[in-house]
Amino acid sequence: MSNEQKIIDDNLKKDYEYGFVTDIESETLPPGLNENVIRIISAKKEEPEWLLNWRLKAYRHWLKMEEPKWSKVVYPEIDFQAISYFSAPKKKELASLDEVDPDLLATYTKLGIPLEEQKMLSGVAVDAVFDSVSIATTFKEELKKAGVIFGSFSDAVKNYPELIQKYLGSVVPYTDNYYAALNSAVFTDGSFVYIPKGVRCPMELSTYFRINEANTGQFERTLIIADEGSYVSYLEGCTAPQRDENQLHAAVVELVAHKDATIKYSTVQNWYPGHPKTGTGGIYNFVTKRGICLEENSRISWTQVETGSAVTWKYPSCILKGDNSVGEFYSVAVTNNFQQADTGTKMIHLGKNTKSTIISKGISAGKGQQTYRGEVKIMKGAENARNFSQCDSILIGNQCGAHTFPYIDVRNPSAKMEHEATTSNIGEDQLFYCNQRGISSDDAVSMIVNGFCKDVFKELPMEFAVEATKLMEVSLEGSVG
Amino acid sequence: MLEIKNLYGGVEGKTILNGINLSIKPGEMHAIMGRNGSGKSTLSNIITGRDGYMVTKGDVLFNGESILDWSPEARALAGIFMSFQYPVVIPGVNNTYFLKAALNAKRKNAGKKELDAVGFLKLIKEKLKEVDMDPKYLQRAVNDGFSGGEKKRNEILQMLTLEPKLAILDETDSGLDIDALKIVADGVNRYRNSNRSFLVITHYQRLLNYIEPDFVHVLIDGKFVKSGGKELALELEEKGYNWLE
Repeated sequence: MSNEQKIIDDNLKKDYEYGFVTDIESETLPPGLNENVIRIISAKKEEPEWLLNWRLKAYRHWLKMEEPKWSKVVYPEIDFQAISYFSAPKKKELASLDEVDPDLLATYTKLGIPLEEQKMLSGVAVDAVFDSVSIATTFKEELKKAGVIFGSFSDAVKNYPELIQKYLGSVVPYTDNYYAALNSAVFTDGSFVYIPKGVRCPMELSTYFRINEANTGQFERTLIIADEGSYVSYLEGCTAPQRDENQLHAAVVELVAHKDATIKYSTVQNWYPGHPKTGTGGIYNFVTKRGICLEENSRISWTQVETGSAVTWKYPSCILKGDNSVGEFYSVAVTNNFQQADTGTKMIHLGKNTKSTIISKGISAGKGQQTYRGEVKIMKGAENARNFSQCDSILIGNQCGAHTFPYIDVRNPSAKMEHEATTSNIGEDQLFYCNQRGISSDDAVSMIVNGFCKDVFKELPMEFAVEATKLMEVSLEGSVG
Repeated sequence: MLEIKNLYGGVEGKTILNGINLSIKPGEMHAIMGRNGSGKSTLSNIITGRDGYMVTKGDVLFNGESILDWSPEARALAGIFMSFQYPVVIPGVNNTYFLKAALNAKRKNAGKKELDAVGFLKLIKEKLKEVDMDPKYLQRAVNDGFSGGEKKRNEILQMLTLEPKLAILDETDSGLDIDALKIVADGVNRYRNSNRSFLVITHYQRLLNYIEPDFVHVLIDGKFVKSGGKELALELEEKGYNWLE
């Protein structure tokens, strides 16, 4: 058997290790989407009139839009009428963890993220999103002392309506794209963060997302506002149970950084990638993530480690409006078996002396197809803007693909742009060299891949970096013979 | 230690070796000399188990056991080491990390405790001196940006660290200037003892001035056409390979 064939065959052996479903009674709307469904969602969440109207406007706009077809990902047509747009575990509004459904807590334990342990050990506040409704929010009190608001989006709508009304859709308007419009119409919950002036958030804020209800699209909405001179580091991590139907996920994340503020947003995404032998049943992840550096000296940094989902369509971006503002994008994406990813970033330079850095590392194995798509735009007024981009791809086996589409649009001659790109493969000679030194092929791949990714991993908070390294090992286990 | 019995084999369906017989006992140093294409590298690749190389007939025994079904890493862990003719570059992987992973794989396999970073650094610093390498190489990626001589010294460093029972030196002299050649030869000579065996594969006699073999075998068209003592190498150097054809 040739080495390549062995690579492919062994690739097909790895099962998704977080495949299980927790049985919790859910209050679920029947499948289908119309204005009435949106009214029900809004009513269930006891939303103010303006928000319902905003949702309806988004829905009417969405009806006029067409699903984008420009990306390189291929998937069967999505029947939006076959999706249920609301699913909530029946118990809500719990004061402490004791009141949380034991089944649910057990689910977190299986995932290795017990809330109580996290509270004690890591000092990470967790806003746990289970399906669509936040169930337990920890560390709220301590954050409150610092003046930090961190909680579910629905709570924020009730408690801080003026902040929501001011910022919702200010970075990603509902007209932005097809999935952002859909999300704006039907989003059910998500996270809200507000860091007041001059406050350095005392802990890493962390949300674990999890998709659990069959056929329920997930439409999360996250809004993070860092006021003047503040700092926040936000972590988002996901796993999902095994499933046969495709699950649509279309989240919107908006970040707003005011003068001298910094937002660091880190993601480790490990959603069900589809059946390893057929590719069916994986999550479709169509996400719109964008931040705006609204005023001078602000900074937004995206770091993502994407190992899951069947289809990923995601471009965390920065609008550098304030003078001297900085945007960063650090990404590691893995596509194994039948996974497809079209991901990258957009850096839009508006202000003077704005700087952006893009480091993208793509790893393809099996029949995985991966595209880096990035745009750097230097607008007329962006005097002395600078960009550095580096896009590297590594291929494992000969049936996968890596594609790079860097778009550069410079309208100010003082701009300095640097772009580097490499494509390499984990060669048979490298594996044999490692084997000859007594290192197994799996260990060799994980060693080489971790070396390849280290520029990105070092941007992750410590506990996430460890998790990411482990995740890479699991994702690529058995990808070579 | 190593026994090769009537070995036929090759690569990509092409038979290159035509009945090799070789017996290496503990403490012996054997040299195989031959021109390009004579089958030298095929032999070392078959002994180390590289994918794609086939054995059609015969057997290879290591300490009495047939190893032909063993994976390359199993052979390495059992104590077979090869210094590569063309050491492979592994970008992004730190040399220290690589060596530590290799050593710990070996220690784990032998039921020994794995070395931590401090213990490993202490050990490796001693070994570095033996091959006259600057500690800064430890911080670089494996063979990345190394000169030809540095790569070969790095191979010998790995040998000294992993302490194999049988070391195959595949064209270790190629690409070495005279100073580096001496350093490499010194490292090998110091490593020699009555329990360790060597198989030195070379094109020229040059290396054998510094590393004295107990036996020399001349390989032509996948067959040993003549075997003898170290004087055979000198004779070959003088008369050329044509003499034996």
